[in-house]
Amino acid sequence: MFDLDKWQEIFSTIRKNKLRTFLTGFSVAWGIFMLIILLGSGKGLQNGIETQFKQDAVNSIWLFPGQTSVPYKGYTLGRRIRFTNDDFDQVNNKVEDIDHISANFSIRGSGVVSYKNEFGSFDIISIHPDYLFLENAKVKEGRFLNDIDIKKFRKVVSIGPPIVEALFKDKESPIGKYIKVNGIPFKVVGIFEDPNERDMNRIYIPVSTAQKIFNGGNVIHRLSLTTTASVTRSDEMTEQLQADFAKRHHFDVKDKQAIFIRNTLKDFQQFQNLFLGIRIFIWIIGIGTIIAGIVGVSNIMMIVVKERTKEIGIRKAIGATPGSVVGLIMMESIAITAFAGYLGLVLGVGLLELISSNMPGTDFFRNPEADFGVAVSATILLVVSGAIAGLVPATKAARIKPIVALRDE
Amino acid sequence: MIRINNLHKSYTTGQNKLHVLKGLDFNIKEGELVSIMGSSGSGKSTLLNIVGILDNYDQGDYYLDNMLIRDMSEKKAALLRNKYIGFVFQSFNLISFKNAMENVALPLYYQKMSRKKRNIKAMEYLEKMGLTEWANHMPNELSGGQKQRVAIARALITQPKIILADEPTGALDTTTSYEVMSLFKEINQLGITVIIVTHENDIAERTDKIIRLKDGIIESVNGKKIAHKTENSLAYV
Repeated sequence: MFDLDKWQEIFSTIRKNKLRTFLTGFSVAWGIFMLIILLGSGKGLQNGIETQFKQDAVNSIWLFPGQTSVPYKGYTLGRRIRFTNDDFDQVNNKVEDIDHISANFSIRGSGVVSYKNEFGSFDIISIHPDYLFLENAKVKEGRFLNDIDIKKFRKVVSIGPPIVEALFKDKESPIGKYIKVNGIPFKVVGIFEDPNERDMNRIYIPVSTAQKIFNGGNVIHRLSLTTTASVTRSDEMTEQLQADFAKRHHFDVKDKQAIFIRNTLKDFQQFQNLFLGIRIFIWIIGIGTIIAGIVGVSNIMMIVVKERTKEIGIRKAIGATPGSVVGLIMMESIAITAFAGYLGLVLGVGLLELISSNMPGTDFFRNPEADFGVAVSATILLVVSGAIAGLVPATKAARIKPIVALRDE
Repeated sequence: MIRINNLHKSYTTGQNKLHVLKGLDFNIKEGELVSIMGSSGSGKSTLLNIVGILDNYDQGDYYLDNMLIRDMSEKKAALLRNKYIGFVFQSFNLISFKNAMENVALPLYYQKMSRKKRNIKAMEYLEKMGLTEWANHMPNELSGGQKQRVAIARALITQPKIILADEPTGALDTTTSYEVMSLFKEINQLGITVIIVTHENDIAERTDKIIRLKDGIIESVNGKKIAHKTENSLAYV
């Protein structure tokens, strides 16, 4: 297979037939290039939308109180539903398959936060410790709020990095320091990190503490939970929640305005289906591109062999065996397609790299990348099909009598 | 060197069967300079192709150097061509994208000689043809006579036993034709059998033996008429 002299013969032929080489190579390089751009764009689209989802837990259910829209058992419509700590306990104890759960008590207006002489205005969110998982956030330093904080109504906070930057100007560690939230001192126990930039501007305090300090009584404004169950099960859970709340708060089970339940699992599932659709679409176009490439290479190989009929005749007359003629054409075609395919691969991947490193990721497009294995297999497929496309006419040409070939002017 | 008995060849084109060679018998001894003459359609090119193992035949025997050449595999035919026969064509048939030296060296490539060695040898043969300065020129930069000399050098480089020339002077002017012919004479004097197919009388006169073909049979050898039994060819049809 590897015979230096044979390759020298092949390369001298390639060098002296530049246009032919270029045409063959171009169709292969273009096919691979387009395939990679296509796969990369699809992946970029998917990455963009997926990042959006990753900002919060994708398997969560959120409950908000509303107003009744249907009269029920003597109650008029338009009655406000209020969630209380009892709702939190009931849901936590009665509904199965809950992974993490948190209540939320909103503090009116944004909070003024200060440390020594530094001030800032940030969102103050009161929650249960599990809220960390709902936001898909992580502890960066220290700890997050815990159950003891809730039980003992501790005045502790977990803050985001922008707050650390705003308040702690002289680079001291905020852990263990007291900051003032609306004038009340809170001890900083940790710093968290959230994949969503905006959600970092937050101060988390225990929900129980907030209710006490900000005259909340036992009111909560939101319930959120995550589940690892299937989509069907999460549907059942929302139904159960609707029924339980209807019973406790005396409204019609079918009243969709009394409370609002948002199931992100379902949204995510829908997007997953969309991705699947996009992937199938891209694959259909990709396979089409590859087939177009194969047809192009086959066409050119057939023309090449036709064009070389006379040369083949001469070679045979001076002693070339049919095998060596076929070998020469095949090796040449493989060499050209392999090189061109590689070139297309490098250019395509290079362009994607350029785009992903120079273009800031948007909500819909981020980090386009192609599956390298797929690209390599596509190149190999093109090389093999180019070889097969060359094999048929080459064998035919090698079989014709040299006289016929030589007569071909 | 060449022994041919009752050689028949016909071509089939669609429905028609064209009987080209209708029973040829002749011998060519080693070292002879022979011309095969005949008008177009007389079967002279067909005969040359069969002698050159470029084509097969239907009936009869063809012995080359006491070897029966019949129903040969392409591979074996190629090896024999490479070893025994050098071809010179009317249209030169040089490979257009190779220079003179590479064209001359090509037969040695198929003998698996190294590139360096075969290029040295090719230069030797080009020198014999007086083409040293033209070694790196492409065929389209050469005149007809130069091209034919390159082709002759290519035919000689494998040191064949037979040179087969198909109208070697057909595309050349008279002066160049005579030059080429004297070249063939020199080659012949080295002991190589030379067979030239031509329709030009003055070219044929410069050879030792003239075989005239007419309608697929040998009309005369050196002017002596050959008697034919017509049944023989009819029997085949």
